[in-house]
Amino acid sequence: MFAVPAAIVVAAVIVFPWIFTLFMSVHDWKVSGATPYVGLANYAKMLVDERFQWAIVRTLVFTAASVVAPVILGVWAAVCFASNFRLRGLARTIFVLPMMATPVAIALVWTMMFHPQLGVLNYLLGLMGLPPSLWVYDSATVIPALVMVETWQWTPLVMLIVLGGIASLPQDPYEAAVLDGASAWQMFRHITLPLAWPFIIVAAVIRMIDALKAFDTIYVITLGGPGTSSETLNILLYQTAFAYYDLGYGSAMVVVFFVLILLISMILLHVRQRQV
Amino acid sequence: MSRNATAARVKRLLNRAGLYFSVLVLVSPAVLFFLWMLSLAFKNEADNTAYPPVFIPNPPTFDNFIDVFAKNDFLTYTINSVIVSFSATGLALLLGVPAGYGIAKAKATKAAVLILIARVTPGLSYLIPLFLLFQWLGLIGTLAPLVITHLVITVPIVVWIMIGFFEGLPGELEEAALVDGATIWQAFRYVAMPLARPGITVAMILAFIFSWNNFIFGVVLAGRSTRTLPVAVYNVLTFEQISWGPLAAAALVVTAPVLLLTLLMQKEIVAGLTAGGVKGG
Repeated sequence: MFAVPAAIVVAAVIVFPWIFTLFMSVHDWKVSGATPYVGLANYAKMLVDERFQWAIVRTLVFTAASVVAPVILGVWAAVCFASNFRLRGLARTIFVLPMMATPVAIALVWTMMFHPQLGVLNYLLGLMGLPPSLWVYDSATVIPALVMVETWQWTPLVMLIVLGGIASLPQDPYEAAVLDGASAWQMFRHITLPLAWPFIIVAAVIRMIDALKAFDTIYVITLGGPGTSSETLNILLYQTAFAYYDLGYGSAMVVVFFVLILLISMILLHVRQRQV
Repeated sequence: MSRNATAARVKRLLNRAGLYFSVLVLVSPAVLFFLWMLSLAFKNEADNTAYPPVFIPNPPTFDNFIDVFAKNDFLTYTINSVIVSFSATGLALLLGVPAGYGIAKAKATKAAVLILIARVTPGLSYLIPLFLLFQWLGLIGTLAPLVITHLVITVPIVVWIMIGFFEGLPGELEEAALVDGATIWQAFRYVAMPLARPGITVAMILAFIFSWNNFIFGVVLAGRSTRTLPVAVYNVLTFEQISWGPLAAAALVVTAPVLLLTLLMQKEIVAGLTAGGVKGG
């Protein structure tokens, strides 16, 4: 009874689009003009559309890197923030700021920092005696550079979820380990890591879903460029639907994208259940 | 002092040093980034394009901010953003707090899964059908489409946090109220809701922030006069590739309210994010 109004809104804003997207995906739907039924033609098109296939490959590469790096750094950060030290509250708040800040705003600042001639990043590389990089202006380095932004932005979320897990762990194994003279690394490896593992998996699943959907920073920093070398599925989807106004094909991509996300999340959750 | 005790002390000191070093390494990218953002926004144009870079604005200037507000209708965009985020958050609380209560009390896991799927779906995938719908309804060019689509972000956040919160409340007080003849609605309104006020605060802050930050809905649905701040700031980039000061100033204007809110309400925000792994869009 309490959920009825919300259910109506959810149905209108969430369920209606799904059904309508499915409907549109089997039509040749441009923004104006007739919208004839074309069956699975839009889906068949993906099988021969190299731009689409490259977008999938890029999305998977970007996602894999954008899960691994934040999860490793996030677990490290969670272990640090689980112990007591001076100014912990302040340090944790500052650490969380990147994920709260407006993505467009931080993407603009990253764009300026990536500038090959005037950017501060190449200056810092120079200070360390390293050669300058073209960052997002070269097709070879654009994905790693975007992964760096994504890692900077979303490591805090991993940290928070894992920190919540570590806080709920029992204290006795640690006390026993201290009595046995275990090192900090041994305690992490043999107590924290196995016990916090379910939380790490949850964080990894959430991170993976968000990385698959990454849009704001890629759109603002590169718009999929140079050329199409950073065009992920979400960017291609945007271009197809709202730059070329091919709404039918765009809808078919949405369906495939959604199935991909569900599949990967289910595999990861399944792995988790097997281990628990 | 025995050799063992000394060794233990050295080990503890080393662990301590390692901890501080780790924290320094982990926190410095965020610190340096935001300091550099401030530096860009308060430097004059000559210093901003100098190489090697100038780090401290000397003297600090407000010209970039004046420039941004003079060249763009930022006041309108700020008002748009305020209207959209406040409406979407307010509506989400009206809908989501009772829904969270209902789902928690009925243990309706299916409804909870629906909310989870909403969290998983890419924001862009709602936009194609909704874009057409708003066109047919003649709503493009008003703020209504933005408020409605922002509900996609805010409602799941509110429901998700409130489910967790109401599940954690003891049921005895409401049961007592029901025994005393209160209706279910009264038990919710006068017993459960006041107890859940901290949860409502968390839900409100997070829903507001992720609505404020949203870019993708605005970029598709907003017309010239209905842009929200993130969209407006992106347009500054398109038109002013080279002048970094105004660009950084504009970026700072958009994100400053969110950063301040985060610094002020850090306890609530951390609690909410830890519980749900929520994020909009």
